[in-house]
Amino acid sequence: MELISPSEFAKEKVLAVQEYCLLAARSIGSLWQRPRYLRDIMIQCDLIGVGSLPIVILTGFFTGFVFALQSANSLQRFGSLSLIGELVSLSMVRELGPVLTGLMVAGRNASGIASELGSMMVTEQIDAMRALGTNPMKKLIAPRIVATVFMLIFLTIISDLMGLFGGMVVAKVLLRLDVREYWTTAWESLVFDDVIMGLIKPPIFGFLIATIGCFYGINSRGGTQGVGRATTQAVVAASVLILLTDAVVTRLLMLTFAGYR
Amino acid sequence: MEISSPLVSAERVLTAASAIVFDNVSIAFQGHQVLDDISFHLAQGETKALFGVAGSGKSIILKLALGLIKPDSGRIWVLGEEVTALREDELFELRRRIGMVFQESALFDSLTVRDNVAFRMLEEGKVGAGELERRVRKALGFVELEHTIDMFPGELSGGMKRRVAIARAMINQPEVLLYDSPTGGLDPVTSTTIIELLVKQRDVSRSGSLLVTHRLQDAFTMASHYFDVTTNQMLPLPPGKRGQISMSFLVLRDGHIIFDGSAHDLRQSRDEYIREYIS
Repeated sequence: MELISPSEFAKEKVLAVQEYCLLAARSIGSLWQRPRYLRDIMIQCDLIGVGSLPIVILTGFFTGFVFALQSANSLQRFGSLSLIGELVSLSMVRELGPVLTGLMVAGRNASGIASELGSMMVTEQIDAMRALGTNPMKKLIAPRIVATVFMLIFLTIISDLMGLFGGMVVAKVLLRLDVREYWTTAWESLVFDDVIMGLIKPPIFGFLIATIGCFYGINSRGGTQGVGRATTQAVVAASVLILLTDAVVTRLLMLTFAGYR
Repeated sequence: MEISSPLVSAERVLTAASAIVFDNVSIAFQGHQVLDDISFHLAQGETKALFGVAGSGKSIILKLALGLIKPDSGRIWVLGEEVTALREDELFELRRRIGMVFQESALFDSLTVRDNVAFRMLEEGKVGAGELERRVRKALGFVELEHTIDMFPGELSGGMKRRVAIARAMINQPEVLLYDSPTGGLDPVTSTTIIELLVKQRDVSRSGSLLVTHRLQDAFTMASHYFDVTTNQMLPLPPGKRGQISMSFLVLRDGHIIFDGSAHDLRQSRDEYIREYIS
């Protein structure tokens, strides 16, 4: 293994961050420039959004299910089992839904985007596209960003709902609670700030997933091995950044909304 | 009134009359000087074959001409436009006047042959469906692959991919064509078919081209043959007409141009490296 000096390593990382920021800024800029690839955006919405639906449904359902199961024990000790709907609802909508959906979509789509663009890069297809007078930033990157940002909002809403269903199954089948009571406490506990907090995060996560996938994809070097490496790095970077951003955004939103101060 | 010096005027005449001009171009990758202060020009309608060992910067010259990469120093003009001074979005306009055949064809593997060949027109959206189909079939007919129109690149052989790439590059009748090792890795029979297509393209459209190749015999064949449209085949030029083909040869070594001249001059060269290279 080749050893590099700490300063070289630091320079490489700073350069990578700079290039990522440039790509992210250019991709935002390209959204306002013609031509707009609506057909490509629809295709990506189908691939990223509809394609991720099964995994998001399963993740959401079982998260709510297990969360209700684990919480039931503690709630029972305090005689507050009836609050299970509220607990599942707040946790799913504010935190678990957006983060777990983001992680699932990152696992599935950051890798997909990185490997697709990486393969195009190493087989000179992206150079060919530029040679044919088409801007890959508009044709390949912008549609993936728009689709991921847009679809992650809906996927998160579906995941939240499935989590509530998972919690309901536990409440009804295992805890013998009244379903109507579960839904009433789940619904009434949610306030506007909770919903906004849960819906501000998905577009941010979506932007991170798509731009990181694209960044690692178009910077793939070294043939198929390089594409594999880029794919892995994209998933790791997207997942870590989602968790990091979640912590920062949650704290900022808590400072913003009066109900959390 | 703008007063131009004789040097500036001469530069303008040269860049306007040439398809491609490289002026003191240098580029290095990771400390390795790939091209060092090279200058040459390709006249309108001329074909120039670029030779050199692997890694000598032949493909880099094509990418520089297209503006896909920028040189560290020097200036490049293509079709009268200074590539080195244009922004990426301005380059897209210029690239529409240039055709490029990549080393590994670089066909879009998720698109059919039809969509690959029509890619540029589909992007521009200015041509109707009927006209588009007619032009795609004509381009594929030129490379004798009309039957592959609904196939995907993965279903084609290496030679067929190169021919589709040629059809894609020439469909808009570009003013300059850049070929990056179009016969690389192909068997002799398929290579001859590809060279025949390049000769056909050269003699039918009269567009200038830069040809990167490792195979000297390909370039010599191009210099000594013409395409006969009546018999639809490549024929050897009669001995007295060999100089009429506008074809030159350029040899690169260690980042420098060590030869830029005709096939005759190349054969007569006394440079040891060139003699060894062509032997």
